[in-house]
Amino acid sequence: MDNKKEGKLLEVKDLKVSFFTPAGEVKAVGGISYDLNYGEVMGIVGESGSGKSVEAYSIMGLLQSPGKVIGGSITFEGEDVLAKSKEEMTDFRGKKVSMIFQNPMTCLNPVYTVGNQLVEALRAHNKDISVSDAKKRAMEMLELVGINNVEKRMKQYPHEFSGGMRQRVMIAMGLICHPQLLIADEPTTALDVTIQAQILELMKELQKKTHMGIIFITHNLGVVAEICDKVSVMYAGKIVEQGKVNDIFYSPSHPYTNGLLRSMPRVDAEEYERLIPIDGTPVDMLNPPEGCPFAPRCEHCMQICLRKMPPYFELGDGHRSACWLLAKQKSESKEAESNG
Amino acid sequence: MAKYTLKRLIMAILTLLLVACLTFLLMNSIPGSPWVSEKAPSQATLDALNAKYGLDKPLIVQLGKYLENILKGDLGVSLKMQQNRPVLDIIKEMFPVSAKIGVFALLWAILVGVPLGCLAAYNRGKWLDSLLRIICTIGVSMPSFVVASLLLTGLGGNDQSMFPTIFKASLGVKSYVLPCFALGVYPMCYISRQARSAMLDSLGQDYIKTARAKGLKNTAVIFKHALRNALIPVITYLGPQIAFVLCGGFVVESVFSVPGLGRYFVQSILNRDYPLIMGTTIFLAAFIILMNFVVDILYKVVDPRITLEEGGN
Repeated sequence: MDNKKEGKLLEVKDLKVSFFTPAGEVKAVGGISYDLNYGEVMGIVGESGSGKSVEAYSIMGLLQSPGKVIGGSITFEGEDVLAKSKEEMTDFRGKKVSMIFQNPMTCLNPVYTVGNQLVEALRAHNKDISVSDAKKRAMEMLELVGINNVEKRMKQYPHEFSGGMRQRVMIAMGLICHPQLLIADEPTTALDVTIQAQILELMKELQKKTHMGIIFITHNLGVVAEICDKVSVMYAGKIVEQGKVNDIFYSPSHPYTNGLLRSMPRVDAEEYERLIPIDGTPVDMLNPPEGCPFAPRCEHCMQICLRKMPPYFELGDGHRSACWLLAKQKSESKEAESNG
Repeated sequence: MAKYTLKRLIMAILTLLLVACLTFLLMNSIPGSPWVSEKAPSQATLDALNAKYGLDKPLIVQLGKYLENILKGDLGVSLKMQQNRPVLDIIKEMFPVSAKIGVFALLWAILVGVPLGCLAAYNRGKWLDSLLRIICTIGVSMPSFVVASLLLTGLGGNDQSMFPTIFKASLGVKSYVLPCFALGVYPMCYISRQARSAMLDSLGQDYIKTARAKGLKNTAVIFKHALRNALIPVITYLGPQIAFVLCGGFVVESVFSVPGLGRYFVQSILNRDYPLIMGTTIFLAAFIILMNFVVDILYKVVDPRITLEEGGN
């Protein structure tokens, strides 16, 4: 698209999401903030249960009960997303923001043709477009995502497509209404490595063509390095570190980020070098620890870490990290004293 | 498709042959004979009757003769209940009545059961869901003769009333209401439970998430995407259910004195009217096989992933 807008596309401020289960309140997302500009690609990285997907569903208004946004704000193109009515959200989804999911094998409805599902997505937001025009547009989209023989493919059912092809269809479906933002919830996790690379390549290419913003949720740092401009690292419902992709990879400042990087295989590793896993298990979100959630697993854990959640320490150019070590490093700063 | 149909046809014929043999053996192992009545006939009369209808020959010969006649399309004649009337004629007269009741019973069971199931699924865990669960559990656990009797005592009246106790074809629609209702209660409740769990399952699938993420309206998500998938298990169940409605029909027809095939079937057994027992049993078996075939085809229509040729058996 040619209308390359500048400035803030999405602003999430202190977003809190809880699940009210019979066992108690699970604070899946405990106050996260970030900005995304038009045409920017942000990765959200974290292990299972860190609240990555829940955060994304909140933007889409797709949180299922007992999940509930209990605080903070989401602003999209200057509009308050959380204040929208149900009808407004229905119109918002798919038109302004699209989402693609982890498992392309189950994300398409098995009883309708691919063409039917694409046309439906388009016509949901463009009531006056004729069926034949919608079909034409759907075929263009399929071609755009690299599917051949589209005329025949339109009439086929999802089970006649391979996993990679289905993810391409999902992407075509997500982009058919030209959304400003695409949320990709682990779109390559269920695919094998060569297909993964193809899909990433495709997404990168489409992002350049359409200048859309992408939120890329993944636990694969390799994928992040490949496609993202900036990264937020999540742990236990909180963003522990966030910054430009290079900052995160070359000067990580949170022990968790460090741990993630060390547990990732590297091409330039010594022959018999072992991966270093992060010890321990993720926190029990029903009873999160009082201080820093990563403290029980952290090799640098200090007294204060167990008592108090660290604030963000700005490291320059949007790079910030929530860890008391940084306070210690700048031990002369008053901040550390007043908090300690 | 043709190959599949042919395969099913051969299977059907084998099944019917087996049904015929088994029924014949079972029927003859019940004590008693068609000629028993209040006034015992003389031995000479009995011999003459047995000779006339071929009952004096060894069983295996009788069976062979019967099977041979079936292949010619001859189901024999009634021995007792409508003496010497061809069994085929009797079936032709009785079946439409049963079919009418069965079709309407199943129709209302589906038309009410599926929406109720969806409603329960959509209101999962709320009071409406609980209420429907209670109603359906009662409906499923009550035998049809209890339902029929309750309806009779509660609503039944004479020919002039809304719901006549005794079925008369001349009274038209109103004499069909109670039997159809009684027969449909069980399938309705069962279908509703089935639809509820299928719907819940379907609503939890990823493609529903996709449909919502596309910005479809709630009605489109539920009726287009969830319902069609939820219908697949319901349709699977319909095959055996048609059989049930027919069997349940025996009881309900007896309670309401409907002159249908079901009631006749029961009475033919009580009267040891051998050809009539054989004829009605084979007819019902053939009907059930046919209905199962229709359901399999329907299955394919709803779910494009099904291929009949390979997994058909």
